[in-house]
Amino acid sequence: MNHPEQTRMGRAAAVFREDDDRLRRTPFGRRSFLGLLLGAGVASLGALLSVPLLRFLLHPLVKAKAQLSWKEIANVEDLASVTSPVKKLVQVEQRDGWRKIVLQKAVYVCRDKRGQLFALSSVCPHLGCSIAWHDEENRFVCPCHNGQFTAEGKLLGGPPPRGMDQLESKVEDGKLVVHYQSFRQLVPTKEVIA
Amino acid sequence: MNGRQTRIRSAGQAAIAPDTTAQESRHRWLDRRSGMSDRRRRALSSSLRAVFREAIPGGASMAYVFGSGLLYLCLSQVVTGMFLALYYVPSADHAHTTVAYITKEVQSGSFIRSLHAYGSSAIVIVLLLHVSQTFLYGAYKGRRKLVWLAGCVLFALMLGMSFTGYLLPWDQKAYFATTVGTNLLTYIPVLGGPLKSLLRGGTEMGTLTLSRFFVLHVFLLPALLLAFIAAHIFLFRRAGPAGAIPRDPETPEQSTELFYPRQVLVDFVFALLIIAGLGVLAHYSPVALGPKASPSDTQYVPRPEWYYIPVFQWLKYWESGFAIVGVLVIPAFVALLFVGLPFLDLRPERRPWKRPLSVSIYGFIFIGLGALGGISHRNDLRNPVIAGRLAKQRADVEAFMRRPFEPEAAGSSPLAALFLSPAASQGKKVFERERCTECHGADLSGTSSAPTLVGVGQKYDTGTLRSILRQPTDAMSDGGMQPVDIKEGDLTALIAFLESVK
Repeated sequence: MNHPEQTRMGRAAAVFREDDDRLRRTPFGRRSFLGLLLGAGVASLGALLSVPLLRFLLHPLVKAKAQLSWKEIANVEDLASVTSPVKKLVQVEQRDGWRKIVLQKAVYVCRDKRGQLFALSSVCPHLGCSIAWHDEENRFVCPCHNGQFTAEGKLLGGPPPRGMDQLESKVEDGKLVVHYQSFRQLVPTKEVIA
Repeated sequence: MNGRQTRIRSAGQAAIAPDTTAQESRHRWLDRRSGMSDRRRRALSSSLRAVFREAIPGGASMAYVFGSGLLYLCLSQVVTGMFLALYYVPSADHAHTTVAYITKEVQSGSFIRSLHAYGSSAIVIVLLLHVSQTFLYGAYKGRRKLVWLAGCVLFALMLGMSFTGYLLPWDQKAYFATTVGTNLLTYIPVLGGPLKSLLRGGTEMGTLTLSRFFVLHVFLLPALLLAFIAAHIFLFRRAGPAGAIPRDPETPEQSTELFYPRQVLVDFVFALLIIAGLGVLAHYSPVALGPKASPSDTQYVPRPEWYYIPVFQWLKYWESGFAIVGVLVIPAFVALLFVGLPFLDLRPERRPWKRPLSVSIYGFIFIGLGALGGISHRNDLRNPVIAGRLAKQRADVEAFMRRPFEPEAAGSSPLAALFLSPAASQGKKVFERERCTECHGADLSGTSSAPTLVGVGQKYDTGTLRSILRQPTDAMSDGGMQPVDIKEGDLTALIAFLESVK
């Protein structure tokens, strides 16, 4: 039986040999140039296609900053008796990817020497522990590394690089409202991170 | 311990002993650890070169681009699919929210999702072209029988991929199309019911169905696809390409041409066309997401993806008594005919005009499927009720797409994690005091006697809410809604509460 496939394979082998010879004779022939062109084409196409993929991947890192939102703490008249810092809870809405979560954060409401109310974040600027108010000692003490602060949040001693962080606050319709933010730890100046 | 170390070292040295030229030593570190000898490395690189050294009888041709086009599309689906999985959650609670997040909020999210969705349609189109080319060229004959069989398995796996992927967004059309699709299994005698339950993870569609479809779509079917693609290509390279249709099957006087460079270039151009086509479509006409699946919706008119429409139309013609013939017997017969083609048609003749019977059966089936699709489309346009509902469904999808992304409240009930303003908190107390919870539910999600109030603030403005609470509409009164007779301040608080429940 005549096998057409055999002659075909034989011919293919001849083409291989011929091809090899040609490649050996011209180190940078038409074929290598084509290969270079093709490789460059594939590479640039890959780069082009990776643009949307990278944007997609990096989306959570480049999301726009959350808008300023004021959270209510308490009625000013209820705070009339405040002389030393009092702890208040504030509900903070946060986006967690496609979820909306509500976190409770503690803030201290204090009164300055001129009698104005203001709010302090309870997060220690050292390593982020929750600072406690010690009434009998009239000072804030961080339970982790013994950072100490005055009733107005100024640094008294210990490892923290700066005093407690004051939060923006104002009185609106007879209510004390605060803009809750987080700040970078371990730096001497207050730096907003979220 | 010392002795063992020495033994290992001497074994390593023995392995590289025969050749110690400068070039050899460069690879020594890798060789010792990979067990790769120079001879084997050379064999590997020559086999890589051999990929491009395939001899094509009759030369390169535009007709041979479909296989490599499919390979490119599969790669694109794998990459875009992996990226989509960065944000997707396969649970009935979150699937729709996460797909909405991808579509509406994530940068390039709509584009990548559209590439993936259109990619599946593109695969079906190129697959049909690939099969038709193979058929018309008679390339399934002789030594290529196994290539054809592996291809048939791939065809079925691809249809499985598109069927399982369709459910994942968990919107109305996904839910209802899959309900119908899985119900079709019950036509199979004896095994049908259990099969359906196995696929759904229970008798009803639900979150377990979604998990099962996700596992099929992302783990099982892709693994099988990968294995069969490898088998398909391996068998094809073993058998060799069929090449052009010979003028005479007995003495094929054809010159051969290597795969590289011309065929590689032609394939590359085809891949470029696919990329450009999908890119333009995904950019200018992104795939939409409909409202979340609502199983209680009795008005919804489901329609499958376009390539299943002919089958959908076909099913309409079979009355219940004969349904098994139309749904099972005839499709199974056609599938068997298709798979068994290389065993039924044993003549070496490849020229399509000398194979009138098989070519006309093939053509008849395709024309028939096309006609069924056309009839279905025409019926949908002519039936005013159906046309109206389909138009409304399209409008619903557009309306949903226009709304900004609404993040999901964490926690079990929508109220649990809701941030309430002081007025709204007071309104919540009024809501509980006035016993609105008894009919509308403690979390406002509704009960059998009254509808949900979640989102009622988006449906009506404050003035309308105030007036329908004071004086319910006739429809509301018929449903048992009482006029809300409370102080003005309490009513304001109640409305603030209702408006905050999104």
